[in-house]
Amino acid sequence: MPEVLKAPLAVEFPFTRSLGPVQSAFLTGLRERVVLGVRTKGGRTLVPPVEYDPVTAEEIRDLVEVAPTGTVTTWAWNHEPRRGQPLDTPFAWVLVRLDGADTALLHALDAPGPDAVHTGMRVRVRWAEERSGAITDIACFEPYEGEPDQPTGHSGEFADAISGIVAFARLDYTYSPGRAQSEYIHALSERRTVGERCPSCRKVYVPPRGACPTCGVATAEHVEVGPRGTVTTFCIVNIKAKNLAIEVPYVYAHIALDGADLALHGRIGGIPYDQVRMGLRVEAVWTEGARYPDHYRPTGEPDAEYDTYKELL
Amino acid sequence: MTRDIAVVAFAQTDHRRTTDELSEVEMLMPVLHEVLDATGLKTADIGFTCSGSSDYLAGRAFSFTLALDGVGAWPPISESHVEMDGAWALYEAWTKLLTGDADTALVYSYGKSSPGSVRDVLTRQLDPYYVAPLWPDSVALAALQARALIDAGDTDEPALAAVASRSRQEAAANSHAQLRGSVPQGDYLVRPLRTGDCPPIGDGAAAVVLAAGERARELCERPAWIRGIDHRIEAHSLGVRDLTDSPSARLAAEKAGAFERPVDTAELHAPFTSQEVVLRKALRLDDSVRVNPSGGALAANPMMAAGLIRIGEAAAGIHRGESDRALAHATSGPCLQQNLVAVLEGDPR
Repeated sequence: MPEVLKAPLAVEFPFTRSLGPVQSAFLTGLRERVVLGVRTKGGRTLVPPVEYDPVTAEEIRDLVEVAPTGTVTTWAWNHEPRRGQPLDTPFAWVLVRLDGADTALLHALDAPGPDAVHTGMRVRVRWAEERSGAITDIACFEPYEGEPDQPTGHSGEFADAISGIVAFARLDYTYSPGRAQSEYIHALSERRTVGERCPSCRKVYVPPRGACPTCGVATAEHVEVGPRGTVTTFCIVNIKAKNLAIEVPYVYAHIALDGADLALHGRIGGIPYDQVRMGLRVEAVWTEGARYPDHYRPTGEPDAEYDTYKELL
Repeated sequence: MTRDIAVVAFAQTDHRRTTDELSEVEMLMPVLHEVLDATGLKTADIGFTCSGSSDYLAGRAFSFTLALDGVGAWPPISESHVEMDGAWALYEAWTKLLTGDADTALVYSYGKSSPGSVRDVLTRQLDPYYVAPLWPDSVALAALQARALIDAGDTDEPALAAVASRSRQEAAANSHAQLRGSVPQGDYLVRPLRTGDCPPIGDGAAAVVLAAGERARELCERPAWIRGIDHRIEAHSLGVRDLTDSPSARLAAEKAGAFERPVDTAELHAPFTSQEVVLRKALRLDDSVRVNPSGGALAANPMMAAGLIRIGEAAAGIHRGESDRALAHATSGPCLQQNLVAVLEGDPR
């Protein structure tokens, strides 16, 4: 089999999330260097606070300020920080029960090494210099020897409370398309379109994905199709896509290449958009250095009879 | 209406660090064919199909619809999917069979972790407001749990190393496993967890066929009857939970009937050594129970399939006559947040 194809793939998404009233107060509080918890009807103070009691599911709204000092309840030494984590030097992950809280908050502890960290040690919040109303407004925790800090007596009411956060995320992958699609792409680079035939129903799939979706068996037999084909159906695109140089309106079509039992997609060029029709005979147009056809253009042949492609719609 | 429902066939891939040369459906299809061949069933004979997978692992949108190509879903089949481990897909299929709507079900799951960085990918399942923005990776969260167990006196690093060693030694007899035999405990990954305390990262797939009543006896010489199955979840906030215990696993086991009579075998989905400590305690497994004869998730942990594989391995032990009553466990989320327990039995011999 040919060389396995690979390409970098980054998936990035800035999720915009709205906040409930308790989350809004907590994150706005961090911006103002105030840590708020929420009191359950059972009298426990939850930090970080949630909108609903994790035991009873009751709605809880009774905000209460706690101290920015607390005690480590468990920890783990992270000698190789990863992208996005709170510190880029070795640090301890910690769960910290802040003074006045009954539950623990996850964050990072800046400490010189694992020997300087233990369960039960006292820590305090180190605030980020720039704060926007996010969990990262706490830069990290740091060791702290003094007395518990006193809450300022904040009510939990803010004049300009935030109502949402934008949570940016990025994941990096190395994409490999597998055997069938690798072979398809390799053939395309030689300007050949090669599908695969199902050993059971004998249909030829283009592009092949390695399995016959009807029979559920592996496809393997290579079948070169095209280079000409028939427009089975099409649409006229009137809205310009971002970062796309093609002028609108243009036609995007399903094209059944000769010998294929599945239509593929492609743009139709070389003909006014309002003259494209079902049954139009087309062929691929390649551009220098490209790994796939740029578009398809009319061959000048008579249109295909409907009966010849009606099963491929 | 109650019906007896059994696992009648199980297959899994060889689990490997990478499968660059295969797409997800290309990796999955052989195990689908293996379970169908084992029962003599064809896709058209299957009453219900349910799968488990996550597009985030390989970064491939709608990969579960592409995976359906391997089933042969035409004419249209009755089908469902969960964005969870396949053990939860099996739970859905079990309920479907209980209703009487179907007599057989195909359950499969797969995961390709190799294209991405699974430690980072798993941060995206965490609370998006307070936790995910800190990117605490899966090993870090497991290490917090391990430290809590050590502080509580429930285990220590040598005991964790012994769990790792025993698991990989058991896996020496499991040709599908990724880490087999003698594996060094290695350096700290996130202290107190060393590389040996953590599961291998890899790609793999698994499939199971369920059948009800007499149909099960026709398809399998010794069906593995599901006597009970239940799943429970804990609060999502780690700081609310007691990380040294697993009340959700205990409750699921109780509801599944695990405590009514002793089991001879337990297949536990404990990707980290420390989690086996928690589960043995919660599930009341003493030394008379053979734990993870397959090697467990420490020997092969294809995401989304490793839990289904626990049920499959427990069932296969019953099929082979090596076990009469087995507990199978699957987990999901950080630090054993959600747990599923199934109790499987063979007919008396």
